[in-house]
Amino acid sequence: MTRTAVITGVGAVTPLGVGARTLHERWSAGVSGIEDGFGRASEFEPTDHLSVKEARRSDRFTQLALAASKEALEDAGWEDGPPGDPDRTACIIGTGIGGIGTLESQHIVMRDQGEQKISPLSIPLLMANAASGVVAMKYDLRGQSFGTVSACAAGAHAIGMAERLIRYGDADRVVTGGSEAAITPLATAAFGRMDALSDSGISRPFDRRRDGFVMGEGAGVLVLEEEEAAKERGARILGYLRGYASTSDAHHLTAPEPSGRGAAKAIELALKDAGLKPEDIVYVNAHGTSTPLNDRAETNAVKTAFGDELAGKLPVSSTKSAIGHLLGAAGAVESIATLLALRDRIAPPTLNYEEPDDGLDLDYVPNEARPLQNGEVRAIGISNAFGFGGHNAVLCLEAS
Amino acid sequence: MAATATREEIEGRVFKALEEFGAEPDQIGPDAEFEAMDVDSLDLVELAQIVEDEYGVQLKGEDMEGVKTVRQAVDLVMSKLG
Repeated sequence: MTRTAVITGVGAVTPLGVGARTLHERWSAGVSGIEDGFGRASEFEPTDHLSVKEARRSDRFTQLALAASKEALEDAGWEDGPPGDPDRTACIIGTGIGGIGTLESQHIVMRDQGEQKISPLSIPLLMANAASGVVAMKYDLRGQSFGTVSACAAGAHAIGMAERLIRYGDADRVVTGGSEAAITPLATAAFGRMDALSDSGISRPFDRRRDGFVMGEGAGVLVLEEEEAAKERGARILGYLRGYASTSDAHHLTAPEPSGRGAAKAIELALKDAGLKPEDIVYVNAHGTSTPLNDRAETNAVKTAFGDELAGKLPVSSTKSAIGHLLGAAGAVESIATLLALRDRIAPPTLNYEEPDDGLDLDYVPNEARPLQNGEVRAIGISNAFGFGGHNAVLCLEAS
Repeated sequence: MAATATREEIEGRVFKALEEFGAEPDQIGPDAEFEAMDVDSLDLVELAQIVEDEYGVQLKGEDMEGVKTVRQAVDLVMSKLG
């Protein structure tokens, strides 16, 4: 019998505030979390969520993951650890870069004060798998735990892997998601030198004037459980992770393949994995970075995967218009945003979209949320995540 | 500076460090065990770094073996100060 992964809890810390539902409600209302060209998680106070020791023992990216995990586990009704065998409970949390804030600050210590002054906590804080390790330790999750590292697809890859662990019987429940805290001097300057960042400081995906992405930070965590086990314990089921697929562009280190070939393939394979047809999808949560190249290639990919006619009718919106680009957290935060939008049967808006661009002619749900037209029977959507390196990951979610 | 540090000063500095590490203030005392305060090997390396900074005393990993309480740690520093 096929084992199905259901979603029983969600948690998020984003530039729109602390809380998954805060993200959903504020984005749907058209609120932007971007200020002065950055999407900072400015409402997040580590010690509101973590003990002094936890806060000291973690880089900001792990702190964000801990806060999102706490919310997700409470949302799932977990008390004092997993509601089943800890050995069959896994933890996969992705990140694009990991603890780069720690890396940068410790490098300054070494340069100015010498290597003797380097903190012994440097490595455990900066390692990219720290979030998954710390969350597993805190909640006694003794199954597989690791981080996924695939730039801006890392969060989606983590959730996809988590789904596979459940489906293949390696785990009965998985705490999974993505986290990023890379609004640091080096990372900001480096993305800037690549010409990837918006000069205007405005995230306006798919708009003709889009000029790059706005850096954001945050974390998103979901609790996935095997359906029968979840039902047995009387868990509330928020939705289903129906399908997942991942491909590679094998084209360029940073630029997407212009036709969207690899991204389209990932969408097609995710639908096939879910046993669904293109017409079953009622909403697309785009990667939609606001870079000239991504938004064009992604539009092409959606058209290829769904066909021009169907693609033209699908609401396609970008969470990044409201929170910026959360890099390795993006795929996770946006999956949560997708699920909650599907549950409410609405398509949240692409903010700041005013001027259409040639060839970018999908329905981008400009500036105002809208009820989903075809979600009465089954509300199923996809969430796209693409990363530097040519990584494409697509998740197919259904609200219950 | 090393020669002028008193036992009280060193103990006070260790107490302060333990609080920074996240130990509960009411648990901290001369005979408190590090383990009971959830102070682990990584914290002790940091503690050794602080002691070195403030008192010029170098504590190596093997020096810290068997050190289980604040009093033992302060004794160790005092002995190194000679």
